[in-house]
Amino acid sequence: MGFQLKLTCLLGFCFFSLVIQAQDANLLNTLDSITPQSVQYAYGTFKSTRVINGHSNERMPEGQLDVRIEHRFGLINQGYYNFFGLDESNTFLSLEYGIKDWVMVGINRASVDKTVSGFTKFSILRQSTGAIEMPVSLSVLLESNVEGNKWQYPDRNNLFSSRIAYASQVIIARKINENLSLQFSPIWIHRNLVHAVIDKNDMFALGFATRYKTSRRTSFNIEYYPVNSQSWDHQNTYRNSFSLGYDIETGGHVFQFMISNTTGMTEKAFVTETTGKWMNGDLHIGFNISRVFSLKKQKQ
Amino acid sequence: MKNKLIILIFIFGLFSALSAQTRLITKTGHVWFYSHAPIEDIEAHSHQVAAIILTAKGTIAVMIPVMSFEFKKTLMQEHFNENYMQSAKYPKATFTGGINNLSEINVSRNGIYKTTVEGDLTIHNVTNHVKVAGTVEVKDGKYFIKTKFKVLLKDYNIVVESRFVNNISPTIDINVDLDF
Repeated sequence: MGFQLKLTCLLGFCFFSLVIQAQDANLLNTLDSITPQSVQYAYGTFKSTRVINGHSNERMPEGQLDVRIEHRFGLINQGYYNFFGLDESNTFLSLEYGIKDWVMVGINRASVDKTVSGFTKFSILRQSTGAIEMPVSLSVLLESNVEGNKWQYPDRNNLFSSRIAYASQVIIARKINENLSLQFSPIWIHRNLVHAVIDKNDMFALGFATRYKTSRRTSFNIEYYPVNSQSWDHQNTYRNSFSLGYDIETGGHVFQFMISNTTGMTEKAFVTETTGKWMNGDLHIGFNISRVFSLKKQKQ
Repeated sequence: MKNKLIILIFIFGLFSALSAQTRLITKTGHVWFYSHAPIEDIEAHSHQVAAIILTAKGTIAVMIPVMSFEFKKTLMQEHFNENYMQSAKYPKATFTGGINNLSEINVSRNGIYKTTVEGDLTIHNVTNHVKVAGTVEVKDGKYFIKTKFKVLLKDYNIVVESRFVNNISPTIDINVDLDF
């Protein structure tokens, strides 16, 4: 009897402590069940608001100012005399700001065609899991460019409207996993005035981009903008823009190095006016520097 | 006789596990952390901390969605989630344990009582046993639990690259503020 009592007590105690142990896990489960399921947005699909030349789906969040300095150098195949293109450079300076988490604006100046541009980018869908399941991010970019070159057409009227071009782009991106992101970004460019009769005012291009993270803070990027052949009049002059890039991210900076067949840094320039041929080595080295400043106050 | 005893003990075990399960619950607890390093100070707040206390035994569980931490610099927030916490993989930080002397606290009298909390803290999928001091304030039938402690990043397998050692402190101050 005495032994059996002890045994029973022991069993009872084991059972008791099991219940207690199970409680810890149960409490967490209870917490799970009472808290509303949150939305987990995919972050860092790309490291910057640009993949290489073109926009990524990334936006400046509310209250964040991005100061961008971009350079594209001359042709590499000019050799040592031009220090592989580094003796000449095209500059692009930009100020970009997140008004709200879903809308950012930017104003910039590019030395190619002395262009001043303004753009607005809307984040319409954000890739997420949890309470909202969204497989892709979708953004819309609207941009206007004004050329500042001296008027080069003596036989045409020098109208301000003739200097304007518009770009409209839909950017669909998906972060496949921690390392790999893909983007599809078709673009429509409308030029009010074109150089020659055979040029078209409206140009369409598909855009493809990808990035693969090579470490926590570096990634390898590819970007390709094949122009729709229907509007591809200048077969012999213009090429599709194709670029390879490498991003290095430090605290508040993102450095993007690239090699590309274009010097254009605005949509209109690199989509419709790319002349370099990869096979001939008509390539340009370039870099983007992005420095983000926070202008908002922290919520306590 | 034997059977009766067994049943009695089982009932006793069950009963003590289920009895007096007064639950205190919050979903809007506040946790913030602070890192002081030569180059910069980093601070982030979460107001979406869920916690539950079973008053009978002082058992406590806390759950923090890691992505709910808000930084002044959103880029920093991205780095926090992507480079250090791997929040997509490990979305929650949790604590389960006990408030040591909750029974000594006179719930009917307003006042601030010192206590210690002991249990398992899980961050970045690494669990460590911790014991921290804190206070329980009773005010008109409400409870305010506060604690402040330090964690070492290396204890939770969070690696800071050598070139960022001047940006991120190896020890992080954590503040917890739970109102029930």
